[in-house]
Amino acid sequence: MIEHLDSALVDWSRAQFALTAMYHWLFVPLTLGITFIIAFMETLYFKTGDPEWKKASKFWMTLFGINFAIGVATGIILEFEFGTNWSNYSWFVGDIFGAPLAIEGIMAFFMESTFIAIMFFGWNKVSKKFHLISTWLVAIGSNLYALWILVANGWMQDPIGMHFNPDTARNEMLNFWDVLFSPIAINKFLHTITSSYVLASLFVIGVSAWFLLKGREQLLAKRSIIIAAIFGLLSSLFLVYTGDGSAYQVTQKQPMKLAAMEGLYQGTKGAGLIMIGMPTPGKEYDDNKDDYVFKFEIPKLLSFLGYGDTEAFVPGVKDLMEGGFEYTDENGEKHIALSAQEKIEKGKLAISALAAYKDAKELKDEEQQTISLKIFKENFQYFGYGFLNDPKSIIPNVPLTFYSFHMMVGLGFYFILLFVVLLILLFQGKLIEKKWLLRLAIFTIPLAYIASMSGWIVAEVGRQPWVIQDLLPTVAAVSQIDASAVQITFWLFLAIFTALLIAELKIMIKQIKIGPKEGGH
Amino acid sequence: MFESLSHLALQQYWWIIISLLGAILVFLLFVQGGQTLIYTLGKTDMERRLIVNSLGRKWEFTFTTLVTFGGAFFASFPLFYSTSFGGAYWVWMLILFAFIIQAISYEYRSKPDNFLGTKTYEVFLFINGALGTILLGTAVATFFTGSEFSVNEMNFSRWEGAARGLELALNIHNVSLGLAVFFLARVLAILYFMNNIEDESIFNRSRKQLILNAILFVIFFLLFAIWLMFIDGFAYDSTTKIVSYESHKYLHNFLQMPLVLIIFLLGVVLVLFGIGKSIMKTSTNGIWFSGAGTILTVFALFLIAGFNDTAFYPSTFDLQSSLTIENASSSKYTLKAMTYVSLMVPFVIAYIWYAWKSINNKKINTEEMGEDIHIY
Ligand code: HDD
Ligand code: HEM
Ligand code: HEM
Repeated sequence: MIEHLDSALVDWSRAQFALTAMYHWLFVPLTLGITFIIAFMETLYFKTGDPEWKKASKFWMTLFGINFAIGVATGIILEFEFGTNWSNYSWFVGDIFGAPLAIEGIMAFFMESTFIAIMFFGWNKVSKKFHLISTWLVAIGSNLYALWILVANGWMQDPIGMHFNPDTARNEMLNFWDVLFSPIAINKFLHTITSSYVLASLFVIGVSAWFLLKGREQLLAKRSIIIAAIFGLLSSLFLVYTGDGSAYQVTQKQPMKLAAMEGLYQGTKGAGLIMIGMPTPGKEYDDNKDDYVFKFEIPKLLSFLGYGDTEAFVPGVKDLMEGGFEYTDENGEKHIALSAQEKIEKGKLAISALAAYKDAKELKDEEQQTISLKIFKENFQYFGYGFLNDPKSIIPNVPLTFYSFHMMVGLGFYFILLFVVLLILLFQGKLIEKKWLLRLAIFTIPLAYIASMSGWIVAEVGRQPWVIQDLLPTVAAVSQIDASAVQITFWLFLAIFTALLIAELKIMIKQIKIGPKEGGH
Repeated sequence: MFESLSHLALQQYWWIIISLLGAILVFLLFVQGGQTLIYTLGKTDMERRLIVNSLGRKWEFTFTTLVTFGGAFFASFPLFYSTSFGGAYWVWMLILFAFIIQAISYEYRSKPDNFLGTKTYEVFLFINGALGTILLGTAVATFFTGSEFSVNEMNFSRWEGAARGLELALNIHNVSLGLAVFFLARVLAILYFMNNIEDESIFNRSRKQLILNAILFVIFFLLFAIWLMFIDGFAYDSTTKIVSYESHKYLHNFLQMPLVLIIFLLGVVLVLFGIGKSIMKTSTNGIWFSGAGTILTVFALFLIAGFNDTAFYPSTFDLQSSLTIENASSSKYTLKAMTYVSLMVPFVIAYIWYAWKSINNKKINTEEMGEDIHIY
């Protein structure tokens, strides 16, 4: 049913999706977080009537507006790319995936865009209270949006609440609430929005630190740092908690991703958590090289975090390829894992049974239909594997996933330390003297973006080759277009987005230099 | 509450929602139309600034409606989404590019140090205005003219036209609808400016432009509408689901659904009335008539494309691959779940209305451009 597999097509389509998604993600987290910071400031203005708070709100609002515009520009393409470049995927999951997308349009986008208008144009036209409410609704609206798109993404990592309908050859929703409240989706949502609060806090702190270094806008800068550091610190603590929750979910649902995150080829009982390490370059799962050039680990922690048991067995890449280890499923039953090759064979059985079922249906042969359907159902769990030929293709890019994961976690702890130090010095009134710390705060802005981007690389690269875990690999999801067409649009996107990014950065930097005095446009 | 509805009833309900969203979208394209008139109507910097700011407070609604239209189509008729977007790749990509460059142009246009220069952002707005309207019109026309694609037994679709959608622009009927939408958008924009901007010279120039654009709109629209009444349409049998050509199908749809015909005619009359009123007298409320008329007309066109056993996305390559609201839709469960969500829509419309009234109660003028608010 997939006539020709064109690997260039898949690669270019993936490259294009990654490019556009990552550009989009450059702007999204700031929007998600800074709107709350602005809302806090405006609330203080409302409570105290101090015009300095209004000035601060308006200043950050200007920067938000610049960022928001390009977030919108890069977002529209993502929504339609599911159709243009992943059309088979769109049909296969449209019944489940489309719903959150539509709901978010109805519920969140309109909310955001309506109240943004009031936030920007309403200062002299609506009451202070209505303006404040609008600002809060912008913050809530954008975060609501994140909920729906992340529910969709969470579902792809762990498809539940659905069944496969052989007559329409797609997945159909059985239970909306299962999809919405899937533990992966909830963790993903909480982890992503809190990481965005951290990023926005670091942005506000970095910009304010620049003002302090220049000896400008002292009051505004200090107040901004207090708000952002408290918000950032609280979010960071929650971030570690939800990150742990995410890792737990990955262990349960995507063991191959976990193995890649930890660079673990050879599974063990009582596995340790790598703090710092270097996976052996060029390692294949079946050679005899050591997993790591060097490593520094906390013994037994990985087993404990993943399974709540310091002695639990954590499968590595090799185990997942070769099978044969014992594991417990969601219902508490024990099974012996299959090898990748066996899964592929079962997947192929499922696919051919589905075809046989369709033929039998055409011929109205009821008996054959029942038989085929039975074979199909027995093997459906491995359906996606049937599209693969090489067992090795189920291994994601291990070094990239490993380094991204460790960078994210490392930076997460560094951010906590930074927030604490900033707060202490601020309350002691010594912050302005510590020029090195102010410089460090500026330098931390890009690190926040790196941490956030790394998170998505872990989540998305770590789940390759699956678009939908175990059900649909990228090769089967892609639209049948000429690879050259995708190549052209890839370069076009790269050119346009890069030009827009440069424009955005220049405008942003200029506005920061102009500062809040001008009334902020 | 919706538990008792049949799958077909839900499919029809969602086709109505899609039609409504499409209709509202076409009305809101006045923003795009206006973007092609910045230099025609604005001769000084201040005049252009007024025009851009007047549009700039509305563009997000058009954009958001487009996004919601896409999302709702994906959710309710996923097979259309996968077939059309994955198939007519270039048409959709061009549309998307046109909207990407719009989204930043308002915000960045007048900011210092904006890298590409004010002029470039205005060109972006122009490109968006022209390409966005013409291509969207062209794409919608394929609901009646058909495209070359096939859908296999796994419901994976494949486009058979080598030009990946560009061939659609070679069909004169597609293009005439595209141009009709383009000139309609300009007409609506002119009426909108007459209502929204307090400036003598813009008002007078608008009225002059109105006549020309209205004539062109009427020509292209009639070209399409008359042709539509005479062609063979794509009908399917409600029991066997077999698709076949039926002569005068769309005319029949109007006659067999008189309510839709009435909506259509009422819409056309309202559009013309709004235009006529603004040409004859110095009235400023033409936009309300023409706007409402646009919504009704487009709504009726969508309904005859999908209702009364008509294939709304016909395949000229393989008739039986044509998409209907029955074979392209989501499952009953999903449609039902989303129907609950659609109950939010009146609420959403209400708060949009309320919010806008509270900041938009007077016309935009030069004084306001000097105030301490957000200016594009
Ligand atoms: C966690 C949050 C998040 C994630 C994972 C994504 N986005 Fe996004 N997106 C936002 C958070 C966001 C936002 C914060 O709500 C934006 C950024 C700036 C803005 O206007 O809204 C936005 C804008 C935005 C827009 C423009 C909306 C408008 O009209 O205002 C579209 C169409 C999309 N996004 C679509 C997508 C798709 C299809 C994604 C899947 C890959 C995606 N985004 C990932
Ligand atoms: C906005 C933040 C996101 C970023 C930065 C991001 C990042 C990426 C990256 C890097 C890839 C390429 C992986 C590879 O090919 O090796 C990818 C692929 C993909 N992502 Fe995401 N992703 C994001 C959000 C999402 C969300 C929210 C969804 C779904 C709702 C999603 C769906 C997909 C799909 C369908 C692909 C293509 C198929 C694939 O390669 O697996 N992504 N993304
Ligand atoms: C401090 C400890 C942290 C831990 C234990 C942690 C853990 C994780 C894990 C396991 C994932 C993968 C989830 C999946 O694949 O489904 C993830 C994803 C992600 N992380 Fe972290 N993370 C931490 C810190 C951070 C920081 C500091 C940021 C950014 C400021 C961040 C941003 C993200 C993002 C954006 C994603 C992708 C969305 C998602 O899948 O949830 N994380 N994190």
